[in-house]
Amino acid sequence: MINRDVLVGGNKTYKDISDDICSIVETVPTKGWFMYFLPAKMGLLFYVGVIAMIIGYGMGLMGVNHPVGWGTDIVTFVFWVGIGHAGTLISAVLFLFRQKWRTGINRTAEAMTIFAVMTAGIFPLIHTGRPWLAYWLIPYPNQRGPLWVNFRSPLLWDVFAVSTYLTVSLVFWYIGMVPDIATVRDRAKNKIRKLAYGVLSLGWRGTNRNWQHYESVYIILAGLSTPLVLSVHSIVSFDFAVSALPGWHTTIFPPYFVAGAIFSGFAMVVTLMVLIRNAFPVMKDYVTLNHMEVMNKIIMTTGMLVGYAYASEFFIAWYSGVEYEQYAFINRMFGPYWWAYWIMVTCNVIIPQIFWSKKMRRSIPVMFVVSIFVNIGMWFERFVITVTSLHRDYLPANWGMFNFTFYDFGVIIGSFGMFFTLFLLFIRVLPMVAMSEVKPVLDVGRGDKHERAH
Amino acid sequence: MNELINEINGLLRSKTDKGVAAIFDDEHALLRAAQKAYDSGYRKFETLSPFPIHGMDDAMGLKRSPVPWFTFIFGTIGLAFGLFVQWWMSAVSWPINVGGKPMFSLPAFIPVIFELTVLFAALSSVAGMLWLCNLPKVDPPIIHPDITSHKFCLFIPVNDHGYDEAKAKEMMKSLGAKEILMAEL
Repeated sequence: MINRDVLVGGNKTYKDISDDICSIVETVPTKGWFMYFLPAKMGLLFYVGVIAMIIGYGMGLMGVNHPVGWGTDIVTFVFWVGIGHAGTLISAVLFLFRQKWRTGINRTAEAMTIFAVMTAGIFPLIHTGRPWLAYWLIPYPNQRGPLWVNFRSPLLWDVFAVSTYLTVSLVFWYIGMVPDIATVRDRAKNKIRKLAYGVLSLGWRGTNRNWQHYESVYIILAGLSTPLVLSVHSIVSFDFAVSALPGWHTTIFPPYFVAGAIFSGFAMVVTLMVLIRNAFPVMKDYVTLNHMEVMNKIIMTTGMLVGYAYASEFFIAWYSGVEYEQYAFINRMFGPYWWAYWIMVTCNVIIPQIFWSKKMRRSIPVMFVVSIFVNIGMWFERFVITVTSLHRDYLPANWGMFNFTFYDFGVIIGSFGMFFTLFLLFIRVLPMVAMSEVKPVLDVGRGDKHERAH
Repeated sequence: MNELINEINGLLRSKTDKGVAAIFDDEHALLRAAQKAYDSGYRKFETLSPFPIHGMDDAMGLKRSPVPWFTFIFGTIGLAFGLFVQWWMSAVSWPINVGGKPMFSLPAFIPVIFELTVLFAALSSVAGMLWLCNLPKVDPPIIHPDITSHKFCLFIPVNDHGYDEAKAKEMMKSLGAKEILMAEL
């Protein structure tokens, strides 16, 4: 029989797990945490300023214009929604496949999903130019007729997909956290902490009659989240695919977008886990090198899926015999935006190949750098899809360039500030490892070693 | 107003039973204890643990959780609602010709129908779970603060069939309980 490695290092007991995880919430934040929080918070304040300027003065501050009407906002929206997908993949899909290693990282990955989708949700609102009318996206009985939304439009499907995704992910995350919040409540010596976590824990006590329903709802939410997460990025890709623009009008988009989303999301999980392991050394027992290695394998696999999608798009452009389609793709590679295309290919297809080597897969500095490159590459993938397709289409009147402004850079940088601020606050106030899921898998790998000794 | 506050208070405060509780150090001992308690004829007893324990439902003689019924019924309602609302808004209330597509464009309505099915199913499952668990509750009595961390507990209420305090305590001791106390749940 193959011996399994332990999932949790350091020969922990149940009590050690509670102590390790809860102490992060119960003590004054470490220097490491502040070192991340201060720049993140500055980024958030900067973001608020940038958005205030864009809303106050108008969309003219950003680079979008004729013919490139979808710019940084849409690119970065797709980028952040994609990031979120890895969290659901870890929490729901790996749960259904009984992958026990997920327990060490699923809470943080789910938190990443929620904050990434929240960050993403702001971009379409900025993009509308008049975010104070955003409630028009909701079909509510109104005094204008009533005039309803257009249910035949992918943009409207997106409203439903992203808001359902955020709601269901939030509920899944919170329900998963209730037993752990109860642990923090029962350990609390301080009155305010006891009250706050008491309210959040909903009065959970861990009776088996409750666990029974809890486990049932947990697997149902996992089962519902799995098709949901696939539908979300498929529908995001419909925003492009349900159009007649060369470079957008392709049937490969839904699986291609989902693979890309998992790719970028796992890269973000690796980035965050490296930072967390650095700021909280105790986490090295829960997020072990084995966890990181498995995620790096997923990054390499999905990176090659994405690379296959790039190649397949070119093949179909040639095979279709449509000259506009062929031009769109040649233009991507060698046109004025050649640099964006080659950044994308280098970061997404070539750089992750380093993970064929086991030594590289298990090296923290290497995976940190690669994960950042992957995220840069995935931002450029969305840029290439959106901007290079729009900047030259059928008519010469629709040929032009997209000009970045300070505000385009501002919203990208600022959105990272928002994301990291939310994430760091989460680490500070809520248990960042699912204790009630780690404890049952504590024995994995321990008995195996024992038997080998006989 | 005061009546309403009392009403809400009554709903959120837990109705508790007195009984005898035994604290164990590991989940295997608790599983054996639950099996023994069931075999001794107790039916209303409860086990408390920091995580769900495999085989505990069988040991306690519990039937399968009815939560999936909430998922199915409300998921179906969500599906029907999505279909109805889109048909009514697009084809009845104010039909608008969009690109020559039919007023009732079923294929284009499927994404929103799917999302509403998932939304209704997920939220109702969670609501159903909370309802079945009698949650949320304010200030439930805590038998031992370590039960949500690393201790395991068997609780036999006084109103259980054939409850006998001395016998119950004897049984708990023989099963290896580290601590036996009178408690409320």
